[in-house]
Amino acid sequence: MGKVSQHAALYRMVATIRQVEEALAALLAEGLIPGFIHLSIGQEAVAAGVMSVLTQADTITSTHRGHGHAIAKGMKLEAFFAELLARDSGACRGRGGSMHVADVANGMLGANGIVAAGIPIALGSAFAHKTLKRDAVAVAFFGDGAMAEGLLHECLNLAKLWDLPVLFVCENNGWGEFLPTEHQIVFTLDKLAAAFGVPHRTVDGNDVGAVAKVAGEVVAKVRKSGPMILECLTSRVGGHYEGDPQRGRDPAEQVAAKARDPLEIARARLAEGEADKIDRDVTGAIAAAIAFARVAPEPDWDVAAASVYTSAA
Amino acid sequence: MMAELRYNHAVNRAMADAMAADPTVVLFGEDVAGAGGVYGATRGLRDRFGAERVRDTPISEAAFVGLAVGAALSGLKPIVEISFIDFMTFAMDAMVNQAAKMRTMFGGQVSVPMVLRTQNGGGAGSGPQHSQCLEAWFAHVPGLKVVCPGDPASAYGLLRAAIADPDPVIVIEHKALYAMRVPEPEALPILPIGKAVIVRPGRDLTIVSYGGALRAVAETAATLSAEGIEAEIVDLRSIQPWDEAAVLNSLSHTHRLLIVHEAVEAFGVGAEIAARMADIGFDELDAPILRVGAPFMPSPIAKALERRYMPNTNSILAAVRRLLA
Repeated sequence: MGKVSQHAALYRMVATIRQVEEALAALLAEGLIPGFIHLSIGQEAVAAGVMSVLTQADTITSTHRGHGHAIAKGMKLEAFFAELLARDSGACRGRGGSMHVADVANGMLGANGIVAAGIPIALGSAFAHKTLKRDAVAVAFFGDGAMAEGLLHECLNLAKLWDLPVLFVCENNGWGEFLPTEHQIVFTLDKLAAAFGVPHRTVDGNDVGAVAKVAGEVVAKVRKSGPMILECLTSRVGGHYEGDPQRGRDPAEQVAAKARDPLEIARARLAEGEADKIDRDVTGAIAAAIAFARVAPEPDWDVAAASVYTSAA
Repeated sequence: MMAELRYNHAVNRAMADAMAADPTVVLFGEDVAGAGGVYGATRGLRDRFGAERVRDTPISEAAFVGLAVGAALSGLKPIVEISFIDFMTFAMDAMVNQAAKMRTMFGGQVSVPMVLRTQNGGGAGSGPQHSQCLEAWFAHVPGLKVVCPGDPASAYGLLRAAIADPDPVIVIEHKALYAMRVPEPEALPILPIGKAVIVRPGRDLTIVSYGGALRAVAETAATLSAEGIEAEIVDLRSIQPWDEAAVLNSLSHTHRLLIVHEAVEAFGVGAEIAARMADIGFDELDAPILRVGAPFMPSPIAKALERRYMPNTNSILAAVRRLLA
């Protein structure tokens, strides 16, 4: 892929995730989405950049803030919106929704409602890649809030001990739920990585070009020589969940979070008019996917109730 | 000398046969490779199948059970061992929130073909953190299957079935049964999950039990037989799903039901069986359904106290007398 088309492709993905999530906020307000949703507005460049260097055979596990990961890994917009609206045509037949959206055929092993829980699942996927001699890596996305989970520490140890082809991607947005992580965590990820002998790189997580470049280098190393951590410094523009009143959030901090918009940074790399054209394409595709989802059938009770196990016991 | 089958050897043979038949079956857990397992159930498997497929893990239950879930999603059939069921507290998320729910949450895109082997039970003075029977916790979670083999042939047959099963299965062995020996069976079939077996026919009452408690139940039945009372013993083998039809069928000709398990009686497996039979078997009952389980306290370590704590011939006989009174 040439340089110009690579920038365009990255911009397209950042713009897609942004527009998808803005549309989700509207659909939530309309009452069409069950439960709550966690938006990644401000963090889109991490998903777009990392996924741009993965193959379809590579696998990922995601977080409660996982819409961008699912779409960047290749989930079709129709299947995505139908899932978020809990329809039978959704990727998970309307049984997963925002927090459990998955697209296994494309290597997306699930968003996850439990902080840090996806990390060992990525280890297991990497273990399977290695054992079955597949040329594939697994990527575990997690937020800086998960740094306080012991499970992350256990997984770093185990990944290094078994030399697994797994990349730990920390989306460091400075927040763990409703509290800045500086009030939760006394260490930094590079120091934690050093304790386990796992190489650590930091990248500007709001610059999709930078994420793609560094992720490309890091993933190549993981394929050859085992686990690494990529820490992406990014910004959570909104609250923990859509509709979070964000009481007590410093207005100046919120302004700063918006200041380096990944969409604008990606847009600045494109020729005049190119971004507008991509935006229009994306808007059209999203409108079509939402139109599909709005009229998609509701899940069937009997089918859902009979699907807990693979075969009737 | 007549050939014998030991419970822990049956467990070992089940894994060996499954690994020989299917190269995607792998085994890992604390001390399963080098040491061969706390109770010797995995001895020799690394030598036979290699260090790639049989691995020791660090003492990180949450991480390696979660790893098993991910491996199951990506083409392997992992058997993971938790050496004492009490340690499952650290691995609950992987089984309860992840493995159990993925098939539902992902709309049937995947199955999670993993087996979690562990063991439970008292009798060795191991105390409150190494003697618990926690099968009801897992039987309460939609998406999990739970089996409790109570003899060597069941240990083999149920573990083979668990490994072949596309869904997550928790196999709960019993620490006091590992040394149990029976004459080598002519055949060792794979046993269907969800099917109970009548281990002793009788006409006067039905005793439903499973796992380690079966021994005291069998002893009690022998004592009763000497008095002319014939107890029918139903070994559930599977806890989730459990064989409602077999229990109802037995109840339909004995009309009296006692449930015996080693787990704490309150909110246990017996409560579920009693509630179901009070519903669908109400017309068959000639007496209230009774249960014998552990009292509502942590397991004692002192021998005399633990003997009293666990179901035993005295407590089971007392319940039978009430049932027949």
